[in-house]
Amino acid sequence: MYDIASIYQATSVADAIRALQADPGAILIAGGTDVLIKIREGKLAGCALVSIHELGEELGGITLADNGDVEIGPLSTFRDVTYSPVIRQYIPVLGEATDMAGGPQLRAAGTIGGNVCNGITSADSASTLMALDAVLVVRGPAGERKVPIARWYKGVGKVDLAHDELLVKLVIPRENYAGFTGHYIKYAQRSAMDIATLGVSCLVKLSGDKQTAEAVKLAFGVAGPVPMRAPAAEAAVSGLPIEAAIENIGPAALQDVNPRTSWRASREFRLQLVEELSGRALREAARKGGAGV
Amino acid sequence: MEVGRSIPRVDAADKVTGRAKYTDDLCPRPVLEAKILHSTIANGWVKSMDISAAQALPGVVKVLTCFDVPDLQYPTPGHPWSVEKAHQDVSDRKLLSRRVRIYGDDIAAVVAEDEVTAQRALELIRVEYEEYPVMLEPEQAMAPGAVAIHDEHPDNILAKMDLRTPITDPRYENVEQVLEDETLCQFRGHYETQQVQHCHIENPVSFAWMEGGRIHVVTSTQIPHIVRRVIGQALGIGWGGVRVIKPYIGGGFGNKQEVLYEPLNAWLTTQVGGRCVRLDVSREETFRNTRSRHPISFDVAAAVDKQGRLMARSCTAISNQGGYASHGNAIVANAVTGFRQLYPDQVGHHSTAYTVYTNRPAPGAMRGYGIPQCNFAAECMMEDIALKFGFDPIQLRLKNIMPLGYVDPFNGITCHSTGLRECILKGAETIGWEALRAQYKNQTGPVRRGVGMACFSYKTGVYPISLETASARMVLNQDGTVGLQLGATEIGQGGDTVFCQMAAESIGIPTEDIHIISFQDTDTAPFDTGAYASRQTYVTGKAIQKVGAQFRQKLLDYAAELFPEAEGLTIARRFVTDGAGEKLLSLADLATTAFYSLEHSVHITAEDTNHCKENTFAFGCCFAQVEVDIPVGKVKVLRLINVHDSGRLINPALAAAQVHGGMSMGMGYALTEEMKLDPKTGKLLNGNLLDYKMPTAMDHPDLTALFVETEDPSGPFGNKALGEPPAIPVAPAIRNAVLNATGVAVNTLPLSAQKLVEEFTKGGLIGHV
Amino acid sequence: MMEILRCTVNNKPVELGIDPRESLADTLRQRLGLTSVKKGCEVGECGACTVLVDGVAIDSCIYLSVWAQGKTILTVEGLQNENGELTPLQKAFVEEAAVQCGFCTPGIIMSAVEIVGSGKLYTRDELRKLISGHLCRCTGYENILNAVERAVNEAHKFVGEKE
Repeated sequence: MYDIASIYQATSVADAIRALQADPGAILIAGGTDVLIKIREGKLAGCALVSIHELGEELGGITLADNGDVEIGPLSTFRDVTYSPVIRQYIPVLGEATDMAGGPQLRAAGTIGGNVCNGITSADSASTLMALDAVLVVRGPAGERKVPIARWYKGVGKVDLAHDELLVKLVIPRENYAGFTGHYIKYAQRSAMDIATLGVSCLVKLSGDKQTAEAVKLAFGVAGPVPMRAPAAEAAVSGLPIEAAIENIGPAALQDVNPRTSWRASREFRLQLVEELSGRALREAARKGGAGV
Repeated sequence: MEVGRSIPRVDAADKVTGRAKYTDDLCPRPVLEAKILHSTIANGWVKSMDISAAQALPGVVKVLTCFDVPDLQYPTPGHPWSVEKAHQDVSDRKLLSRRVRIYGDDIAAVVAEDEVTAQRALELIRVEYEEYPVMLEPEQAMAPGAVAIHDEHPDNILAKMDLRTPITDPRYENVEQVLEDETLCQFRGHYETQQVQHCHIENPVSFAWMEGGRIHVVTSTQIPHIVRRVIGQALGIGWGGVRVIKPYIGGGFGNKQEVLYEPLNAWLTTQVGGRCVRLDVSREETFRNTRSRHPISFDVAAAVDKQGRLMARSCTAISNQGGYASHGNAIVANAVTGFRQLYPDQVGHHSTAYTVYTNRPAPGAMRGYGIPQCNFAAECMMEDIALKFGFDPIQLRLKNIMPLGYVDPFNGITCHSTGLRECILKGAETIGWEALRAQYKNQTGPVRRGVGMACFSYKTGVYPISLETASARMVLNQDGTVGLQLGATEIGQGGDTVFCQMAAESIGIPTEDIHIISFQDTDTAPFDTGAYASRQTYVTGKAIQKVGAQFRQKLLDYAAELFPEAEGLTIARRFVTDGAGEKLLSLADLATTAFYSLEHSVHITAEDTNHCKENTFAFGCCFAQVEVDIPVGKVKVLRLINVHDSGRLINPALAAAQVHGGMSMGMGYALTEEMKLDPKTGKLLNGNLLDYKMPTAMDHPDLTALFVETEDPSGPFGNKALGEPPAIPVAPAIRNAVLNATGVAVNTLPLSAQKLVEEFTKGGLIGHV
Repeated sequence: MMEILRCTVNNKPVELGIDPRESLADTLRQRLGLTSVKKGCEVGECGACTVLVDGVAIDSCIYLSVWAQGKTILTVEGLQNENGELTPLQKAFVEEAAVQCGFCTPGIIMSAVEIVGSGKLYTRDELRKLISGHLCRCTGYENILNAVERAVNEAHKFVGEKE
């Protein structure tokens, strides 16, 4: 039994916003795989919950908009994202990334919205969403606003979301995925049920002859306090012949990252992984795009 | 023949239907919930405690602290009690402790109407401590001036052992001289193993109440009769005043061969008027406050002659005992003994072993009891000797392994049977050793492959170090089937199934006609010390064989009363037959007659004790094929093969299943598992199943379990130890495979990715030079 | 503060009072006596409490009972048919010696029910991934995979015959 003061089951997004406004201490709960664990740990013990778990109709669904943008309801579970025909067809790398979180049961409960809103650097969807320059649509009492994911993360566990706001949509603009192929590497101690020691997501747009990496996007989880892009590496290799890009991206990425030493892994080890895995991620992304590498 | 059949487990159907009951499944509800307050320092004293706010919280029934508990110290390991004081277990623990010895030590307990209230009450308790420096490593605890963790051991050394075998070569006076002889190949090595945990999926939960003036405890344990004794000792009451019930348990692996929280649970019920109290132990508490595998460091030396014969070795082992004695010096003593026994030295051997108190979570018994640790040292050493002096690693081992008839000079344990040579040859052939070793020479590139192997020996049970005793009871049912009652416990290993097979074999009836009582109730179950030391098929097996023979004779005696003329009576296929094979009557008819006869009614039962004064060695080996991704430090195990000589197999399918589990545990030990502590505070950092990396299904290769069946003359059915051995040789086999792949010898466990990257960098395999 | 939960459990409609702080594992174990639902970690890391909610395997320890309103829940207790016969999946677990201590068994069987029910065939590696949300310390997963593989293959043959 959880130490919960109360649980309010919101009937709509508007109702949830009202409930959050009414109780400045309330905690929003969606899939529960994060919040319930914090309650049990004592960090959130005794809290009042506002549940949006049952708002799947309003906050679920993954669709292709008329303009070609991919729109993801934040209550989509990792599993929903992975098995979504839209994701499989247009942004398979995102579905591959969400398929590496935890284990199957967790992926059936945890949501992509929760993964983004908890602000954790190791979140398996986050680095790919960073590479895709996802746009987060947030709704509060004053209406909706759009936050580019590059401006979303404010610090460890902190995101640009007010207490009475809800993430209501994740948008992947067409131009950010069209023509790109991507690959996500989750480096962890185990092959399942683990958190990333390092997450690397790489997108590449190849030239027509598949020889050149015209555009490269690289993002990391756990290479710093929050998920991050690697602008120096991207600049250094975009436009290079693909083999040269693969060779150079790792060393270049070292300028972008700032991992820390924790009991889980040392800074030096993480730097080695950044250097080695950036090239591997780019190689796989290029392969998926048809490069003979 | 009932022994040797791969019949399904007798409890399988109940387990796949969810009908099998484990401790918490039996707990009445509502029930009072107990929770424990754990210290937030690792070394020091509780100076004072303010429980007023906790006591005042509505729903709190009682708050009890380290100032309230009986002033009694008690022992906790699941050893048979010794009637000789010198051999009794160390009594160094109280129910709750003012003296804080580990981070998270038990200092108070709350009993409340529900678990949320109990948890909230814990948060309201205020504690004032006196703090001492944290000592997690033996060097710190053994340093001059270090604070004594237990007053009884001012130098923090719980025990020291120093043993020298007799020198057999007149040219030398002692082992050290052999180890300095320049005409021999001399080797020195240092190896270390890490602290890991059992990770049974069921935490050690219990509940207790009072009834009939006695304390009743239902608990997840491997050793119900020992739990009863220790509760009696901890509470200072007669042992008969305690009743312990053991239902199905969700794994033990040695952790539940220790009396954990049952005494506290028993005491708590006495403090709330005998109402039923449930003491749930969380996963986090299981990691921190129950037992684990000892980290042991080994300094070894070996002198080998030009033919590859081990002339002499020395081994100094320092075992990190953490804050409480648990099994005391027994585990490191077993480790150095096991190190010595696998390869008897030609001239002599010198072992030294220390058990040192520190502020770590206290290790205790875990599958293999010190042997996985010493086997890592022994089998890394053999590989390193082979590499250094140009011996073939398999030939080097074959030249030195324990021969048939070997008798240990100290404890007299004898090698009654051995298939170790055949195991090694079978493993080598199965994996394709010669071809792979040739193929893996001179590899380049970031991803390389290797093969490695390791072998082991393991004794069966604890004789003569401790008492080995077991009782069995057989009861004839009215339909001719037989009730089997034992104090030996089913802990998942398949004990109940093989006990039924052994009983059936001994009586001469089908296994299906044996009904075993799986749960032990110390009020009614015959005495047996329980599941540990891979002893039950051997020690309890002997009791079953003995009682089975008596029971069979009683059936035949009764049949002889009914058929005074008949000769050569025997039991076959549920019938009593005569010497000519003629069926005289069914066992069902015999049973019904025996129960209800108006001339001579008798309830046929048999019960006896077998005091086992024998022991024997089981053997085996592991072969591992790995792929090493050097730049990222990843080891992928491609193939894992264990080959075992456990004598005759009672149930080959269950034996193989048990081997798989041991291999899995060994693989985690090799690669990813380690309890990590904050060196400053002593706090366990990864005490949960997310951060503690036991392998998932995706981390395993297919596992191959093979056997070389020998007939052990000392075993009741030719059998010897199997339960623990599969976990032993895997870690050194994988380490040796990584060495084969990369040329880098890693001498500490685990071979974690970060450590491998560091070692490969040192070894010049990673880097931009 | 009690709430009424109406849902379907093991093919039967159920209406019962629950404390909204309960996890689904709590409710199933303590209010409905479905003790096949085991607790090994209470944070979704071991998989012992796995049940199907609307046909999908989830960890019931991190699922609030109030969310089960109107949903369909299946535990191992709901698998056997009216005659009490074991399902082919359960038989496979028995015959492949996939059971040892048995504590992880009901949870893994529930994941396997979903896997088998998909009617698809899977490679051994795919099966490893599909059961990777369950920790088992007794078996090394070897015989569990053998049992699930067998049940998957048998079910697929059956599906194939029907088509």
